[in-house]
Amino acid sequence: MPDSFHLDAVPIRLERCGKTFAGGARALEPLDLTIRGGETVVFLGPSGCGKTTTLRIIAGLESPDPGGRVLFGEEDVTALPIERRNVGMVFQSYALFPNMTVAENVAYGLKVRKLPRADRARRVEEMLDLMHLGEFAGRRIDQLSGGQRQRVALARALVVRPRVLLLDEPLTALDAKLRDSLRLEIDRLLRSLGITAVYVTHDQGEAMALGDRIVVMAKGRVAQVGTPREIYYQPADGFVADFIGTMNRLGGTVRGGTLSIGTASLPWSGADGAVELLVRPEDLALAGEADGHLGGTVAAAVFLGDRTRLLVEPADGPALTVDTLGRSGLERGDRVWLRVDPARMLAVP
Amino acid sequence: MSACVQDAPLPHRPAARPPAGGGWTGEPLRLAALLAPAAAVFAAFFLLPLVRLIVIGAGGAEGWSAYLTTLAAPGHLDSLISTLALSAGVTAVTLAVSTVAGLFLVRNQFPGHALLVALLTFPLAFPGVVIGFMVIMLAGRQGLIGTVTQALGAGKLVFAYSMAGLFLGYVYFSIPRVILTVMAAAEKLDPRLEEAARSLGASSWRVVADVILPALKPALISAGALCFATSMGAFGTAFTLATRINVLPMTIYTEFTLQANIAAAAALSVLLGLITWAALAVARSVAGTSVAAAG
Repeated sequence: MPDSFHLDAVPIRLERCGKTFAGGARALEPLDLTIRGGETVVFLGPSGCGKTTTLRIIAGLESPDPGGRVLFGEEDVTALPIERRNVGMVFQSYALFPNMTVAENVAYGLKVRKLPRADRARRVEEMLDLMHLGEFAGRRIDQLSGGQRQRVALARALVVRPRVLLLDEPLTALDAKLRDSLRLEIDRLLRSLGITAVYVTHDQGEAMALGDRIVVMAKGRVAQVGTPREIYYQPADGFVADFIGTMNRLGGTVRGGTLSIGTASLPWSGADGAVELLVRPEDLALAGEADGHLGGTVAAAVFLGDRTRLLVEPADGPALTVDTLGRSGLERGDRVWLRVDPARMLAVP
Repeated sequence: MSACVQDAPLPHRPAARPPAGGGWTGEPLRLAALLAPAAAVFAAFFLLPLVRLIVIGAGGAEGWSAYLTTLAAPGHLDSLISTLALSAGVTAVTLAVSTVAGLFLVRNQFPGHALLVALLTFPLAFPGVVIGFMVIMLAGRQGLIGTVTQALGAGKLVFAYSMAGLFLGYVYFSIPRVILTVMAAAEKLDPRLEEAARSLGASSWRVVADVILPALKPALISAGALCFATSMGAFGTAFTLATRINVLPMTIYTEFTLQANIAAAAALSVLLGLITWAALAVARSVAGTSVAAAG
C-alpha cells in the first residue's frame, strides 16, 4: 500500500452533545464520548435511537444544542460547517454524483481543493487501484452494481485524506452476500489506513465484526459503551442483552447464598429475593437427568448445519433457546435436561 | 405519434405476428382497424390543415420560393430576429427567477408558504389580454411605475407599449409554469448528494453548480423549451399592448387582416412553427442525453 494512504489518526471528543429539533423533539440526550485516534467506533441501535443524529453532529451536518462541543484532536470544530471539517462520509444510498463518471466522482474532492490536474489524476488512480476499481474508471454510475457503487463512495471519501471517516449504514442497501464481502473489505481498509472511523448501523453482526468499541443506543441515550465482547457477555441492561444476539431469561430465587432454578440449587453471591437471570443459548448445555438443572420438552429443533438450535419449553417460565453443537438428533417432543453455569449467567435487577 | 402506437405492441408480442405468408390477418389487422378512428381524427384535424397551410404559403405569385423571399422581405427578418431575441431573453430570465424562487420555496417553510405558492400559480389561467392589461396598469401612461417616477421627479417612465412591456408580461406569464416544474424536480433532489459534496469541501456555490443544477437540468430544459415556444407564438399580450410591436405573431396578423396577404402570412406561420419546433427538438435531444447520463 502506498505511503500516501496512511492517514493521521485524529481522536474525536463529544462533550455534552445533545440535539433537540425544532418543535421540541429530543433526538439525543446530552452525550459525552471520546473516540481514540485510529479507533473504529460503531453506533448501534434501532431506528430513532439517535445514532444517525450523533454521526451528523460529528460530521457537522447538525449542530449540537447550546453547550455541546465537538473536538477533533485539540481543535474545537463545533462551529465549523461540514465543508471545513475535512471528514469523509459514506451514505447508505451511496450518494454518488450521477452526472460524473467513477473517476470524476473520486476526483471531486481533489478538484474542489484545487489540486493540480496531474496530482489529481495520480491520486485518483492510486485510490481506484486500492479499491479494485481501476477498470471502472470511465464508467457511469448507473453501470455499476451496488457493491461497486459503495466502493466508489469509499474511494471518493478517502482520496481527500479526511481526518475522520463517517459511515452511515453503508451496507444496508446491499444483499446479504455482498454485505459480507464488503464488510470484510471495509474492515481491512479501516485497519490498514489507521483512520478514526465512526460507523452507524442497526445490524449487530456488522457492529460486532467492525467495531473496536460499540456504542449501543436506545431512545436518544447511550445504553452501553464497550468492546464487542463486553457488550455480548456483560450487557449493561435488559435492552442491550436483547438487542445483541439472543438472550434467554430465567426466573430464580436467591436465599442465603444459594440460587434456586428449577430443581437445582447453585452457589450464588447476591442479595436475597427473586432474580431474573440472562443466559446465552450457547451457555445452556444438554445434560442427563441426574446432573441436569432444568427439565423441558423440545418444542422445535432447527438444524443450522454447524449447530442445532432448540426451543425448549420448561415446566414453567418462558421457552428457552439452546444451541447445541454436533449431531444431537433431537426432535420435537423429546424430553431434555439442561445445565446452567453460574459463571455464565448474568443477574439483572 | 401514430407510428409509435402502431409499432409498440409488435416487438413485445411475437406470438401475435401473422404466420408466414398470412398477410394482413389477425392481430395486425385488428390493431389497424382499432387505430383507424385515431388516424382519421389526426389526419382531419392536424395533418390536413397543416398541409393546407404549407400549400397556401406557396400559393402566392412566387410559388415555393415565397418561403425564402417572405423571410427576406423588409420587416419580416427583423420581426423574426426580435421575436427570437425576446423569447430567448424571456426564457433565460424566467429560468433564473424560477429556479431561485422554486428552490427557495421547496427548501424553506414559513407562515403563508402555501398561500404564496398558490398566488404564484394564479396567473396560469389568465389569457394574454389580461396579462397585457396588467402590464399597462403597471407601466402604462396611467401606470404605477410612471406615477411613482413622476412623483420622484424623474419624469414619467412608460414602457408598457414596447418590447420592454412585452418582455415583462411574458416573464410574468411564464414564471408560474416554470416554477411548478422546478419545484416538482427540486423535491426529488437527494439531500445526501449535497451532503456528500459538502463533506468533500464544496462551498454552497459549488454545490449549486455541481449537484443541484445538473440534477435540475432536464426539468429546466423542458420547462425552458415550453417557455420559449409560448413566447414565440403568444399573441394576446402583444395585441393588447400595441399593434406596432414587431413580433412575428403580430406580423402574421397584420399580413392576414390588414394586407390580406394570405400567402405571406401562411409562409410566416409555417416558418414560425418550424423554427420553434427545431428549437424544441434541439432542447429535447440535449435534455434526453443528459437524462440518460444521469441514469
